Amino acid sequence: MERIFGGVPKRALGLLGLMIASLIIAPAIVNAYVLSVILITLYFAYVGQAWNLMMGYAGQLSLGHTLYVGLGAYTSAALFVHFGISPLIGLFVGMAIAVAAGALIGSMAFRFGIGGVYFALLTIAFAEFTRILFEHFDWVGAMGGFFLPVENRDSSDFLNLRGGPVMFYYVILFLCFAALGVNQWLLRSRLGYYWMAIREDQEAAQAVGINTFRYKMIAVMISAAMTALGGVFIAFYYNNLFPADAFGMHRSIELILAPIIGGMGTLFGPILGAFILTPLGEGLTILMESMGVKAAGVKQLFYGVILLVIIRFVPGGVWPLISKKLGIDKRMKGKSE
Amino acid sequence: MSVPLLKIDQLAKSFKGLRAVDGVSIEVPEGKIYALIGPNGAGKTTIFNMIAGVFAPTEGQVLFGGQDITGLRPDQVCQAGIGRTFQVVKPFNDLSVLDNVLVGALRKTPHVDEAREAASTILKQLGLDGKSQQMATNLTLPERKRLEVARALATGPQLLLLDEVMAGLRPTETDEMVTFFRNLNKETGITILLIEHVMRAVMALSERVYVVNYGQLLSQGTPDEVVNDQAVLDCYLGEDAF
Ligand SMILES: Nc1ncnc2c1ncn2[C@@H]1O[C@H](COP(=O)(O)OP(=O)(O)O)[C@@H](O)[C@H]1O
Ligand SMILES: [Mg+2]
Repeated sequence: MERIFGGVPKRALGLLGLMIASLIIAPAIVNAYVLSVILITLYFAYVGQAWNLMMGYAGQLSLGHTLYVGLGAYTSAALFVHFGISPLIGLFVGMAIAVAAGALIGSMAFRFGIGGVYFALLTIAFAEFTRILFEHFDWVGAMGGFFLPVENRDSSDFLNLRGGPVMFYYVILFLCFAALGVNQWLLRSRLGYYWMAIREDQEAAQAVGINTFRYKMIAVMISAAMTALGGVFIAFYYNNLFPADAFGMHRSIELILAPIIGGMGTLFGPILGAFILTPLGEGLTILMESMGVKAAGVKQLFYGVILLVIIRFVPGGVWPLISKKLGIDKRMKGKSE
Repeated sequence: MSVPLLKIDQLAKSFKGLRAVDGVSIEVPEGKIYALIGPNGAGKTTIFNMIAGVFAPTEGQVLFGGQDITGLRPDQVCQAGIGRTFQVVKPFNDLSVLDNVLVGALRKTPHVDEAREAASTILKQLGLDGKSQQMATNLTLPERKRLEVARALATGPQLLLLDEVMAGLRPTETDEMVTFFRNLNKETGITILLIEHVMRAVMALSERVYVVNYGQLLSQGTPDEVVNDQAVLDCYLGEDAF
């Protein structure tokens, strides 16, 4: 606990407590639609944090991160549908498979010194390859999609992740802030410092005794596991899976927007980014629909514009600015107190 | 004398046909401070890089404490007990000065708090304690050179390789550094091999000097012997070196 909370400014803890408290009582206040928007915001905050560990902290750019979402989703859904295995068990299998995939990509890339853009391309290639594989994988419905039985939505069966939106809401709320705590804990350990050293300068990191291969592998594997858990959630929440959607490039891009906008390499950045981006995107969709405009790419275009503005004017993301304004600028960036 | 702490034997390195280092042998006994000098492009940094595992030598061997460490990775060389600085400094820019050194100190302890304490101590010794909360990117070049030293020292090496850490320092700063290394060597018994152009530092610190030119050893001896060697004067020192 000390390693999670120790040294964090009181004010930051207070604000965080306030935020979590409001999110806990939100289902009693807001309507079903608003709740679904917050839910999906929390989902992006969660997977954004998972990606941020790898890119923001260990400096390894993955552009195919939806691979792990898809593997977690399909694995847990298939085990549930075909064998009746609870997702609470299936999630471990899904995470293990995602970790294995991450380890394969990482070992191929890092062993041969493939970094930067080439590593990113490799992650895309793997996600695309897996998409094509799943499009021909009849056991999970191939192109036609894979569906979970939608049952009585009024009673919650947490053990099988069957229930109404409020149950899913609390699940993702827990995941999101549990991830924040876990990340803070990791980043304040030797592992976190080694990741940042690798991000800043690999040669210098090696010179102080860091086995960069090993620590990059650990980053990929932890990030893959966390992301796969998000996949389990999303599979059971939406109840349907399509290869083009689960493994599609657009999903990988969507997944990294929140941390980029909120601030890569900051603990809170991905959460802030999700809370900025997702509600804006949803609002825009509603606005367009109410005006009778049916343009499929508008949200993507809008995300693109926001991204451009952020990269042009606040390349470090929004969180560093805001934390300064809030007077909690201890830069939760691994800086010592 | 027992085995030297560091012994490089007939070390050679070719870059696409260019023979940057061409059969150099050097020994550094435990507890000594030795220097490596020579004109720019002579191959000094390349020798360090081969010792430190950045590249494997084309030919030859590196022995550390009698053990063959040729071809080990840089992190393994560090784990074996060799710390090095980079001539072209490589700070962890977006980390604080303290965290830069803390990362080094994590070689000796897995506990971040202990490493932080060790790092503070080292920063104090190097006169960087006033800067410990600044981002490394904000330091001046001489400060960054000292940070290189601090980070390497934090790994707790038996042998320290210093690559031009006094370049660009004012004379008084150079003298401070010289005093620092001399005391460090006296108190901890650490062995140092330094590459340096600042002859007043070389003269003051090192017991023995190796002179490299065009990838080969041109001369070796005590500092006095070397500065009076006509071959060395012709190729490197000249009059304006002092
Ligand atoms: N990584 C490298 N690739 C190609 N050539 C190199 C490399 N490193 C050094 N060299 C060349 O090797 C020679 C020796 O360089 P260096 O060891 O840096 O000299 P010094 O440190 O004595 O100034 C130079 O000609 C340099 O250009
Ligand atoms: Mg050099």
